[in-house]
Amino acid sequence: MYHYSFNRLKKNLKKDFSGLKKIKLALLSDSASQLLAQALRGHGFESQVDFELFEADYNQVDQQVFDPASELYVFRPSFVFINLSSEHLLKDFYRADGKQQSDFGRNRAEKIMTYCQAVQSGLGAKVILNTFVEINDAVYGNYAAKTNKSFIYQVRVCNLMLMEYAQKNKDLYICDLALLQAASGYEHTFDPKMYVNGDMVYSIDFLPVIARHISDIILSVSGVFKKCLIMDLDNTLWGGIIGDDGMEGIELGDLGIGKAFTLLQSWARQLSLRGIILAVCSKNTEAIALEPFEKHPDMVLRREDIAVFAVNWETKVQNIRHIQQVLNIGFDSMVFLDDNPFEREMVKSAIAGITVPDLPEDPADYLPYLRTLNLFETALVTEEDQQRNRQYREEAERNDLQQRFENEGEFLQSLSMQAIVKPFDRFSAPRVAQLSQRSNQFNLRTIRYTEDEINRILSSPEYLTRSFSLSDRIGDHGLISIIILKKLDSARIFIDTWIMSCRVLKRGVEKFVLNEIADMAQGAGYTRLIGEYLPTRKNGIVQDHYKQLGFTLSEGLWELDLTGYNKLETFINYK
Amino acid sequence: MEQQDILLAVNEIFKEVLDNDQIVLSADTTADDIEEWDSLNHIQLVVAIEKHFKQRFTSTEIQQWKNVGEMCAAIQRRLQ
Repeated sequence: MYHYSFNRLKKNLKKDFSGLKKIKLALLSDSASQLLAQALRGHGFESQVDFELFEADYNQVDQQVFDPASELYVFRPSFVFINLSSEHLLKDFYRADGKQQSDFGRNRAEKIMTYCQAVQSGLGAKVILNTFVEINDAVYGNYAAKTNKSFIYQVRVCNLMLMEYAQKNKDLYICDLALLQAASGYEHTFDPKMYVNGDMVYSIDFLPVIARHISDIILSVSGVFKKCLIMDLDNTLWGGIIGDDGMEGIELGDLGIGKAFTLLQSWARQLSLRGIILAVCSKNTEAIALEPFEKHPDMVLRREDIAVFAVNWETKVQNIRHIQQVLNIGFDSMVFLDDNPFEREMVKSAIAGITVPDLPEDPADYLPYLRTLNLFETALVTEEDQQRNRQYREEAERNDLQQRFENEGEFLQSLSMQAIVKPFDRFSAPRVAQLSQRSNQFNLRTIRYTEDEINRILSSPEYLTRSFSLSDRIGDHGLISIIILKKLDSARIFIDTWIMSCRVLKRGVEKFVLNEIADMAQGAGYTRLIGEYLPTRKNGIVQDHYKQLGFTLSEGLWELDLTGYNKLETFINYK
Repeated sequence: MEQQDILLAVNEIFKEVLDNDQIVLSADTTADDIEEWDSLNHIQLVVAIEKHFKQRFTSTEIQQWKNVGEMCAAIQRRLQ
């Protein structure tokens, strides 16, 4: 399993955390959690996060959660990790009598849900729970799987109930310890001596794995996650070299080493179906490299699964930069797969932020290795995710089109853009929340809202909202911009949120949106618009946004007088 | 393995786990002599020593170690 050593994480504690993104995290544990706390904070450094950590005293979960005056509530964390151990669960299970034992899993899951409710309603914090690791207590032998009286049966009931509960609770996340433990086995994740002498339930080598996954969850909720998988072709997506071996000669399918490549392709395809953008970057002649995608019977991936096909004789670095421009996403949201260590090093050293896994030498190990990296953590999956590859492929097509027009206006006119503009509603709320969670670049204030918060905003008289969906003659972009206006006083209204998807940059959408904002503010009787730009590491592209739209700066805020507002020219029509 | 070699190996483990290159162990060294050697770090030291020498010690054995010398002696006994 791939992870940092505990000792490395511990040494990180002495490093300089200043300048790192701060996130307040509370750790409530029913076992001794000092080492876990060290691992979490130390792993934060690896993930460039300064976890301000509150570690509750040993086994004080109930007291901390149910007492609104406890240290937990004083601390006001954004995330609460309630870390419950199977070892303590087992102790409680043995104390229960027969009837209680057969309801044990359900009752325990319900109790844990009351923790969640208390923390979420009292603090508005996001909760992370873990599934219980599976312990074979050897009381029933294999019969344990055939009776609800066994511990393992109750552990599994409890885990499944937590998973079901998490589906209905947007701000509850599950760190699946049972699954992580399954990868290396209880004997490697649990150290009997540490448990007996110190009530510590995770071995030194398992702590970094837990820390890694907690950190992945928190980062993905905070908008840091991978969006795109870029793949090399020869000896990465198929065995052999297409230019030399020809389409009949490459290895794919169910026989021999071909199977390893087919497995990798199937995985990539599943990722694409759940919203990861696929791109190809390879040194080859395009027409030759395309042939398997179009004709090879054992290819799982087809041309239409690939959003950007960068196949030529330029360097990989140049091609990845090209892919980045077409997709308009950060390098830190990209993963690059290549069998060649030399190419990998070149990409790693030239492109900061990109993730380049060191693929093992044997293709049979590719997929098992990649699975251990947890590359594609996500906090939310919506139906629109599944359209993403198509949208990006269409975008590549538009880029081609644009090159054929000399002036921008003509090009924009040729797109026949149409927008659907509506206040937020229950149906758009999940996608609005997702845009709020994920947009980093065209985001004026980077205030993140959850779906629940969006639902509160849309029904509050204090706010005016609009969502914008855009389509053109090549395809549908879906929801691409959101606006939240907040009433300040009778004359002034504040642009609380202005977010736009970078897929539709340079289309004049911002002008169209400002026209709509002006309309809606004037319609509600306001005369002045107030905007604010809060700089982050990623939103430099909107630094001059308000200035370019004619706002004037006064005391750190941007103002626009709406009296006599002249509509800006756009090439977008209302649908 | 000679006791001196064991001591040297243990010394390296202490430096690494306690993140202090200045540590010089002798048979008489106790937890009182090294600031970082607290009960939490002790757990990691034992795990690291077990891993390095590929030996498991009993809880009773570990509790009886009064100084580094006894620790090394226990390692030597296991290795024979």
